[in-house]
Amino acid sequence: MADYPESYKYTKEHEWISVDGDEGTIGITDHAQAELGDVVYVELPAVGDQLQAGQPFGTIESVKAVSELYAPISGEVTAIHEELVDQPELFNEDPHGAAWMVRMRVADSGEIDALMSSGDYVTFLESADGGH
Amino acid sequence: MSDDPKRTPLNQWHRDHGAKMVDFGGWDMPIQFDGILAEHEAVRQRAGLFDVSHMGEVRIQGDDALAFIQHLTTNDAGGLELGQAQYTVMTNHDGGVIDDLLVYRLADTDYLLVINAATTPKDVAWIEKQAEDFEGAFEVRNESDEWAQLALQGPDAEIILSRIVALDLGSIGYYRAAFTDLDGVQVLVSRTGYTGEDGFEVYLPPSQAPGLADTILDVGASEGVVPVGLGARDTLRLEAGMLLYGNDMDESRSPVEANLRWLTKPDKGDFIGKDAIVADIEAGTAERLVGFELVDRGVPRHGYELYGADEQAIGEVTSGTFSPTLRKGIGLGYVPVEHTAVGGMLRVDIRGRKLEARVVKTPFYRRPKPGKQHRKIEE
Repeated sequence: MADYPESYKYTKEHEWISVDGDEGTIGITDHAQAELGDVVYVELPAVGDQLQAGQPFGTIESVKAVSELYAPISGEVTAIHEELVDQPELFNEDPHGAAWMVRMRVADSGEIDALMSSGDYVTFLESADGGH
Repeated sequence: MSDDPKRTPLNQWHRDHGAKMVDFGGWDMPIQFDGILAEHEAVRQRAGLFDVSHMGEVRIQGDDALAFIQHLTTNDAGGLELGQAQYTVMTNHDGGVIDDLLVYRLADTDYLLVINAATTPKDVAWIEKQAEDFEGAFEVRNESDEWAQLALQGPDAEIILSRIVALDLGSIGYYRAAFTDLDGVQVLVSRTGYTGEDGFEVYLPPSQAPGLADTILDVGASEGVVPVGLGARDTLRLEAGMLLYGNDMDESRSPVEANLRWLTKPDKGDFIGKDAIVADIEAGTAERLVGFELVDRGVPRHGYELYGADEQAIGEVTSGTFSPTLRKGIGLGYVPVEHTAVGGMLRVDIRGRKLEARVVKTPFYRRPKPGKQHRKIEE
């Protein structure tokens, strides 16, 4: 099992969010990149877009599959990681670090509390629903 | 499918080598080992080892074996020399493609047909039915369970395999095969493949397959040979412009529509589906299979709709992928003939966005080394 940082929160759609003050940083989990395989394209939102918790905000595409990206929480996009468009391999190489996708302003910190801890996420992956 | 998936003799070998397994046409097969891009590159640059034991084999033997094969398939097997292979299709009475296959002439009156895995039950039933209705001295035997098949593909395939088999591989030309002894059993070594690279396919008894796979990885370690799954097999064959049965052709399409007219030889005499195929050749078909590459960033995938300039769909993507070699989206699809001119523009509906694509000649990729003949889909 890969290392899932304890300071991050996780979703059932296999995204992580790291919160610093009122700013959240979003990426996909190691499990997600392993399931997708080699990532070749990503479509990210624009700075200023309003994300809605649980709603799709972009797509990520590997050689063999395409998957939607879902916002872990609601809020305004403050930065996007444009280098990922030209370096999609970062998703496979460093999903929990260099492959961050989006920074956003946290609108409601209550939404963060509802997400899974790293321990909950690992349990989720090991269950039938999460691990495939 | 409710039945348990079928397993090749390398099933455990794949798991031991870290494969991610998937169901493919009722078979439990490796989709990837290290990753599709890495495996793809290994085959283009060095060598890759594929388990293709799921393919079906049908033996046809007897004085009238050739006459029956001529009746069954569209290409002309009459000129096959001993050890020569031929790419061909079987069609139904309407000229629709039942399967694409290889025909090997193993001995004077002894032929081996190699058919697709998912279509093996259908093909065997079809061949046996046609055999019942065909007068002559020949026997049809489904040998699918008696053959495993390993493919070693890539520029270093020959040097690696030459360390294992006693054959002079340099004397085996493209689409030629020879039997040789390997650890006391007869195996068939064939210079064929489904990747667009030079390489070999080795037909052997199932019990020998894991041992040969180990040996290939062992003696090819210095060249960097790796096991390759079905994911890279698909990206490799599509770059090489090779069709996948069930996607790029099926019983609703004639070989002429599928750009496989070069496999049809009406002058050889009668064969099943000939009248319909001749009519397609003479009158032309309304649609044809075309290759295209994305101008915009995006990956066309099977089932995505194709558009011309208008807002009405004109066809569907039959095969599509991200091309690891070209670093762009490529695909095949059937469109009306007026949209098939090379350089013409198409649009692919990728999840609601219509992205620009350009009609191109296939193959999308041609290996750099000149000289060898290619299996092509162009006429």
